[in-house]
Amino acid sequence: MDSFYKNKIARAWWWKIIAIVCLVYTCYYGFVGKVPAMVVLHETIRNLYFHVTMWMAMMLLMLINAIYSIKYLSSLNRYHDIVAEESGKMAMVFAAAGLITGMVWANYTWGAPWTNDPQLNGTAATILMYAAYFILRNAIPDENKKAKIASVYAIFAFVMMYVFIMVIPKMYNSLHPGKGGNPGFNKYDLDSNMRMVFYPAVIGWCLLGTWLMSLNVRIRRIKDITEEN
Amino acid sequence: MTFTSKVVQLVLLEARLEWKNKQSITALLIYSFASIFVTYLAFQQTIDLTTWNSLFWLIMLFASTNAIAKSFLQDSKGLQLYYYSMLSPKHIIIAKIIYNLILLSGLSLVNFFIFQLVFSITIDQLAQYLLSILLGSIGLSTVLTMVAGIVSKANNNAALLAILGFPLLFPLLSIIIQCSMNAISGFDWIVNQQLFIVLISLNLITVLLSYLLFPYLWRE
Repeated sequence: MDSFYKNKIARAWWWKIIAIVCLVYTCYYGFVGKVPAMVVLHETIRNLYFHVTMWMAMMLLMLINAIYSIKYLSSLNRYHDIVAEESGKMAMVFAAAGLITGMVWANYTWGAPWTNDPQLNGTAATILMYAAYFILRNAIPDENKKAKIASVYAIFAFVMMYVFIMVIPKMYNSLHPGKGGNPGFNKYDLDSNMRMVFYPAVIGWCLLGTWLMSLNVRIRRIKDITEEN
Repeated sequence: MTFTSKVVQLVLLEARLEWKNKQSITALLIYSFASIFVTYLAFQQTIDLTTWNSLFWLIMLFASTNAIAKSFLQDSKGLQLYYYSMLSPKHIIIAKIIYNLILLSGLSLVNFFIFQLVFSITIDQLAQYLLSILLGSIGLSTVLTMVAGIVSKANNNAALLAILGFPLLFPLLSIIIQCSMNAISGFDWIVNQQLFIVLISLNLITVLLSYLLFPYLWRE
């Protein structure tokens, strides 16, 4: 349980400052920065900073969830399970945020909030998988048994999710910008102005997700201590 | 005894137990025949190939969930303790997967022929379709057996198998439906080659994951 608080990076403040700076920068230049004029997308291209980055933060948190599940199975340290659970919860928050920003954007760009797109289906499946993960957790009363079984499911789910999000969409055409011949932000037309905002945005949102997750882990720790006494 | 002979023994034991109590296998067959007949009544003769194919896989999805739900339930506490002392969990998961694979491929072949018969559908590339049925059975049996193992440790809640299993089956089902649809439309092997390779590798990944993760479930 204590290993997290011996972990210097988790306690350090410098990366939280970076997160704030990156996000303030993103929110300012995301709206006023220069963007290339492109057909279909026009000004909605700015959604790149607020929608795509959500997925990246979600993927990072899911990766943390899978890594800590593996760590739990090899160490049986309860703290690893708490980190896995909290990162799973935060991944769901970012998945919901990504979905909502995507749907608002799609409503104006594609004319419908939901289309039969391999990436959308993959996302829906991912959200269901992690919802099932929490249902499984709630179905088992015993703490140690819960942690073990949920870790096994989380690892299985992560691999399947990876196949569904990263492998299958490559096999079909997608409506998403930059795919299936649509105009988009691939290496030829993502211009340097956008890169200057996009990369800090990715870093900022990922760090924010990790920060929120670590706060939840600390709340869990406080609850644990107060329950013990 | 070697690994293989132990697994073979276990599969035979499973089959003998099933045969001794024919009730469950009969129930399974009747369940799938009833679903086929319900779809037949609902759709009459007005069905296109895409719908037929999707319905076939949906019936298979529900039938296999039903078939595998009991695969860890029917072992009594005493038998589980006996397994625990005699065998390693790796034998058990591989044996269960192989047994469920045999069960599901049999079931899907029977379902396929009846479903094809009642709707009088002709399939251009039968060999491809049968291969996709086999690969689909492997995937369904592996994922569902593993999830049934998870559910058996979580109070054996019957609804939990569907909740946990279906999201994990989405990638498999979306590829398999595409693949079998190509077979129905009569595309050449070349078209389906990539999909078959993806399916085989997906199945390999799931078998490997079950093989590695099941021991953690078993050792409580």
